[in-house]
Amino acid sequence: MKKYLSFFRIRFIAGLQYRAAAWAGIATQFAWGGMTLLMFWAFYQNGENSFPMTFPELSSYIWMQQAFLAMFMAWFFDHEIFESITSGNIAYELCRPCNIYSMWFIKNMAIRLSRMVLRCFPILLVAAFLPAPFHITLPPDWLSGVLFLVSIILGFLVLISFSMLIYISAFYMISSVGIRILATSVIEFFAGAVIPIPFFPEALQPIMYALPFASMQNTPFLIYTGHIGEIKALQSIALQLIWFIALMIAGRILIKRALKKIIVQGG
Amino acid sequence: MKLYFKYVAMLLKSQIQYKASFIMTILGQFLVSFTAFLGIYFMFSRFHSVNGFTFSEILICFSIVLMAFSVTECFVRGFDVFPRLIQSGNLDRILVRPRNEIFQVLTSNMDFSRVGRLFQSILMLAYAIPTSGIIWTFDKVMTVVLMLIGGIAVFSALFVLYAGISFFTIEGLEFMNIFTDGSREFGKYPLSIYGDGILKFFTYVIPIALFQYYPFLYLIGRSDNIGLIFLPLLGFIFMIPCYCFFKFGLRKYKSTGS
Amino acid sequence: MIELKNINKTFKVAKRNAGFSEAVKALFKKEYTYINALQDVSFSIGDGEMVGYIGPNGAGKSSTIKIMSGILTPDSGECMIDGRIPWKDRIAHVKNIGVVFGQRSQLWWDVPVIDSFELIRDIYKVENAEYKKTLSQLIELLNIGEIVKTPTRQLSLGQRMRCEIAASLLHSPKILFLDEPTIGLDAVSKIAVREFIKTINRENKTTVILTTHDMQDIEALTERILLIGKGRILLDGSLSELKTRNSTHKTLTVDYSGEKLPLSEHMTVIKNIDGHAEIIIDTVFLTVSQAISYISSKVEVKDMSVMGETVDEMVVSLYKEFEI
Repeated sequence: MKKYLSFFRIRFIAGLQYRAAAWAGIATQFAWGGMTLLMFWAFYQNGENSFPMTFPELSSYIWMQQAFLAMFMAWFFDHEIFESITSGNIAYELCRPCNIYSMWFIKNMAIRLSRMVLRCFPILLVAAFLPAPFHITLPPDWLSGVLFLVSIILGFLVLISFSMLIYISAFYMISSVGIRILATSVIEFFAGAVIPIPFFPEALQPIMYALPFASMQNTPFLIYTGHIGEIKALQSIALQLIWFIALMIAGRILIKRALKKIIVQGG
Repeated sequence: MKLYFKYVAMLLKSQIQYKASFIMTILGQFLVSFTAFLGIYFMFSRFHSVNGFTFSEILICFSIVLMAFSVTECFVRGFDVFPRLIQSGNLDRILVRPRNEIFQVLTSNMDFSRVGRLFQSILMLAYAIPTSGIIWTFDKVMTVVLMLIGGIAVFSALFVLYAGISFFTIEGLEFMNIFTDGSREFGKYPLSIYGDGILKFFTYVIPIALFQYYPFLYLIGRSDNIGLIFLPLLGFIFMIPCYCFFKFGLRKYKSTGS
Repeated sequence: MIELKNINKTFKVAKRNAGFSEAVKALFKKEYTYINALQDVSFSIGDGEMVGYIGPNGAGKSSTIKIMSGILTPDSGECMIDGRIPWKDRIAHVKNIGVVFGQRSQLWWDVPVIDSFELIRDIYKVENAEYKKTLSQLIELLNIGEIVKTPTRQLSLGQRMRCEIAASLLHSPKILFLDEPTIGLDAVSKIAVREFIKTINRENKTTVILTTHDMQDIEALTERILLIGKGRILLDGSLSELKTRNSTHKTLTVDYSGEKLPLSEHMTVIKNIDGHAEIIIDTVFLTVSQAISYISSKVEVKDMSVMGETVDEMVVSLYKEFEI
């Protein structure tokens, strides 16, 4: 366990080095969040009654999404991993006395968290002081806050275990670029990054909630905004847990099979 | 010019060598913009209109922006991935060749998989043209053409600006995404829906609205001012400061080598 | 004709420290250090000369090459190449130079080499007749006739390097800059590359400036060497001159029979057991022939060899001497 912790530490600290990138990221995400809210505001003024969330709920949702973007963005991949697979350098990693799945998992966590840590506080802070209804508000009660914390951790784990499957797909493909773009757009869309899931047609919503993608950013942010009640929140958290375990088991099985193939074929 | 087409042929030849990957990438590009389309579709099945713009009208706006953007991404890709050119040292190679730097950067990279997006935008336009209720007279067709040309000009200028900034900071470049990816993303809707301040910004600072919003008003019949269809051409003026900035960055590169 | 006078160049580099608190601090304040990459660098190289430019990593070799090829502008000083200032008149200047960066490729990765060559021909606007002549000469000298139809990515490193060199010479430049042309090559390719460089220097009177860490390149190719360290030119002279100046020691290896060999003055023993001796002699005081006749007078010599300092060792002692 200790080796994974120090591996995490190294990656995390390395990720903190990028000062200008953090400022640029904060500015970008702030502008992005603002534009998104203005877009929804236009729709809100046209049809307040058709709006599936209250506007303050949506504001909180969008700002949370921007603040924690680095944790949930689907298009971010660690190119070192893809390269080590396609170039065959993975042989070196196999020589280390570590589980390769866990190592990559930790690495992804560390990179994403280090990016998030530098960016989320300035965004949240400024977003809190914006004029209503565009500002971010606190969760409705302390229980939602606690549930949110549990849920964001699980959501993060679900996303990483899903992106692990995309890394692993590189073992089976000559070039993973296509798969990467395809998977990215599917995740982004069904996770509610393009438009939040409550804005999807009612008929589609039950299916959407059941898919693993809704268990990524959608669940924690909706809990935070108070859009879903406590019972629904607990159910969603249970679903998150199920998806995390299922995806992780799938990933571990697939990577084992892929590695076996490599060892047999000699890379 | 002949040399340019030789480059195009060569780059195309090397990209279609990996057939499966190339097709998958095109598909992926298609799907990326398709989800953006679905987003709009879902919003409109709920709200029916925004600021008086109908679904078909929004699709026309979006498809023109997307088309201009994907053409730019395909042919001006060299500036889009310019930081890589610096980091790999290939900019040095460009500088020891007896040709204009802009020309060489343009020909250093092209991304033909962007036809996936182009295809998406053509589909949307094909759907919206008959359903929008616009009577397609010559001036309306001209408006679309000029919007496209102006869009390509402004997006190219933005990419050149992006490359210019990468001489000074690679890390800080992310903020340029607001203007490049952001204008594709938020240009889906006519810029007026974001409010007056934003519209002014995208008129006077980053002139996206010049090819996206004002001529669009004429196109859908909200304005009778035929002068609006020539506004996209002002986008070419925007190229001048961006080009100068790139040149300025190049001079700095030559004096620091980093 | 290449002439550099009092070239200076300073770089500003941002400091970066590890750790969380340092990273947060760095969000608000940035510290810089200044590096004097080149200080008062002056030399001149005549037409048709072949010069080896050596020095440890980070000494300023590539900065100098970049200045001479017009990529980098110096802070102060003059540089004239064939009557032009490289960074002022870039396009005219680069028509006359060829550059090989040993660790980077200028060939297009996925297309046959010959396609790259043809594109380069068009970039440099080389006449077709002229191009054909040059190409056939290069193909013959570099022995690449069979591989030019292969895509670059399928070539071995040695094959690729030969094609890279050909690509840099298609426009028949008067000056050729070679930045570590033999790095990573196998022995056969190294020798082929060296032979080729010699040939074009001799036949086409191409001026060649070569940077390398491989001292065998220098020994095989250049008579003149420029040594740079910490941004200063430390030495400008001929290789043989340097050799005589520096090699004050020779190693004698002797196999003999009879009594154990007694040593005379100015001899240092490395090993001397069971009829096998390795001895270093100080040639300032004792010539090699004196030493040999002394040894033959004492013991019955069965076999003997004399070894001087290798160029590698010489360079190491040079680096030590200048503390670089």
